[in-house]
Amino acid sequence: MLTIVLESEGLTTAVCRSGDRVMAAFAQFKPDVVLLDLMLPGLDGMSVCRQIRATSAVPIIMLTAKADTPDVVAGLEAGADDYITKPFKNTELVARLRARLRRSDQLAEPLVFGDIVLDPAGHTVSRKGEPLELTPLEFDLLACLLGDPSQVFTRETLLQKVWGYHHPGDTKLVNVHMTRLRSKIEDDAEDPQVIRTVRGVGYQAILPGS
Amino acid sequence: MRGTGLARVWRRSIQARVVTSTIVLSTLVVALTGWALLRDVASGLADSRRSAAVSEARSGFDYAQTQLDATVETEPATQSQALTQMVDSLTRSRGATRTYELVLEGPLTDDGQVPIRSSAAIDQASLPTDLTDAVKAGPGTYWRFSDLSLLGSSTTDPSVVVGSQLRAPGSDDTYALFYLFSLEDQQQTLDLVRRALLLGGFAMVLMVGGVAWLVSRQVLDPVRLARRIAERYASGNLEQRMHVRGEDDIARLSSSFNQMAASLQSQIRRLENLSRLQQRFVSDVSHELRTPLTTVQMASEVLYDSRERFDPQTARSAELLKRELDRFESLLSDLLDLSRFDAGAARLELDTIDFAEVARRAAGDPVLERAGIEVRLVGVDRPAIVEADMRRIDRIVRNLLANAAKYSGSKVVEVEVAQNAESASLAVRDFGIGLSGDENLRVFDRFWRADPARTQGGTGLGLAISREDAALHGGTLQAWGRPGAGSEFILTIPKPEGSAKNPPLMSVYA
Repeated sequence: MLTIVLESEGLTTAVCRSGDRVMAAFAQFKPDVVLLDLMLPGLDGMSVCRQIRATSAVPIIMLTAKADTPDVVAGLEAGADDYITKPFKNTELVARLRARLRRSDQLAEPLVFGDIVLDPAGHTVSRKGEPLELTPLEFDLLACLLGDPSQVFTRETLLQKVWGYHHPGDTKLVNVHMTRLRSKIEDDAEDPQVIRTVRGVGYQAILPGS
Repeated sequence: MRGTGLARVWRRSIQARVVTSTIVLSTLVVALTGWALLRDVASGLADSRRSAAVSEARSGFDYAQTQLDATVETEPATQSQALTQMVDSLTRSRGATRTYELVLEGPLTDDGQVPIRSSAAIDQASLPTDLTDAVKAGPGTYWRFSDLSLLGSSTTDPSVVVGSQLRAPGSDDTYALFYLFSLEDQQQTLDLVRRALLLGGFAMVLMVGGVAWLVSRQVLDPVRLARRIAERYASGNLEQRMHVRGEDDIARLSSSFNQMAASLQSQIRRLENLSRLQQRFVSDVSHELRTPLTTVQMASEVLYDSRERFDPQTARSAELLKRELDRFESLLSDLLDLSRFDAGAARLELDTIDFAEVARRAAGDPVLERAGIEVRLVGVDRPAIVEADMRRIDRIVRNLLANAAKYSGSKVVEVEVAQNAESASLAVRDFGIGLSGDENLRVFDRFWRADPARTQGGTGLGLAISREDAALHGGTLQAWGRPGAGSEFILTIPKPEGSAKNPPLMSVYA
């Protein structure tokens, strides 16, 4: 059914029905985005997610019937960019997929922010001249925040802009990824110097030198 | 401070009470026994001294009487001399240590002018008047206890006085002869006994107090241990056990205590197990139902999206299929939410939340605009910050607004936010059909609907879930209303360390 819906949207799909064969299919098909059902025969979804993330920065969206927090957080920490809880609307699924497929169009030219340089053309980020390994999602998140340092972004706004949510979703998603992003760009993730948390509201980029 | 401290010890310590009352009671008992003992000893001592004194005096009287019988002189001067001699010989007659004094009155006359001879300068008050009267009245030997005092001395000695009448056959004169025996020795013995009793009694009271302290400790120590363990049980730590030794009452208390803890623990474990099973079941059902439901729903959406290409009957079926599937889905997710509450599996993800922001966002929901509802915001210019689960709070507020939009018939909905030091409140008011009778309580019942025909759709579980959501935060969700005037729902969430007991918003209908 997923295949029917996605192909009706003009997407090409490849289906892998067992967790054990995912890596082989992944290498062969080279997808732009992975939809990963957490309940797979064979190797379980979490391990598959970790395996893919170990070799690729490809966007991963989990499909899960268990919206209970521990599962979701575990999935996000295993490297998933987003998750959709069953049952879902076709439009919602497509919107999220498109958001992951869309190359960030928020930046037209390289953005220099303190010692951090974002290059939208190569989708790369470097700090103090050293390249940082960011997933496309983390790049989008960072570009969104640094693109307008005057603004405090609420978690809802970020969900909408970066994840393509149509209505307020789960703010955990933002928290988990923000933690991961900080661990990559901050010297000390406990004492962030690039992105600060505005208590009760959201996140804001800290202007260099302020 | 000291007084209240002592009162506190008295109130709180059984041991203090036991020891104190033991000391008080044993003091009473010892004092009573001591008093009785002392009285017996005193009277015994006095009695033996008295009988000795009386018999000694009698022999003296006999001797004096024989002396008088032998005296034939009637010349007063000679007689007087003879009497003095007699007193002297009586005092001298009994060895070196004299244990008595003598007083000889007489010859007795009726006018009270009686010459007195005595072995020492004895105060006349030492002779009890009733004794002198009895002696003067007639023959016989009489005795009394008295205090012996010498003229010119302020000290008195307890003494026994024995008196008798003598008659001089020659002159037919009568005399009264008194023996005064000092009881000083007996008094000293008595003092000694009293001191010994006092000391002994004091020591005994102390020892009994000590014993009471020891014994009560022996009994209370296990009780105190039990108390400490019970306190630990009360705070949820059921691992502790009492040490059972012997077969006495304390041991039985300990073992029943342990049994209680064990049965509590197993009961709790059973319930935990049950809850875990239930949670597991809910989770499994959730998954098992959701996966096929997802597929069915996706298919129905594909059908729905291409309904223009179907004939009218099939198109209508596709619409119905989609609508009812959507309802089925929300019913399923509501039921799963409720069962999570029931199993105690619902968890909060706390975040810092501004009620004013929540209200503003909820008011901007396009669904309300489409329904032609005007939302008035009150008190949203100041932030009202609480620690709460964003998803749940949003769900509650959306739910309340959707209810107001769907069921009240009111075109205007008011959302008010307020806070105080303890909590923050958010009120949703409509001005529609209102609530009548006990409906303000029944709206939170599961599957309850204002219109029994269920024409408006919805699951009937929204408010029940909202109330559980509020309760999970330690907060409240309450409803008020008046038929025809409108209804009001107030959500109150406590701040950290605060409580929802005094909400900052009171109902306009209350």
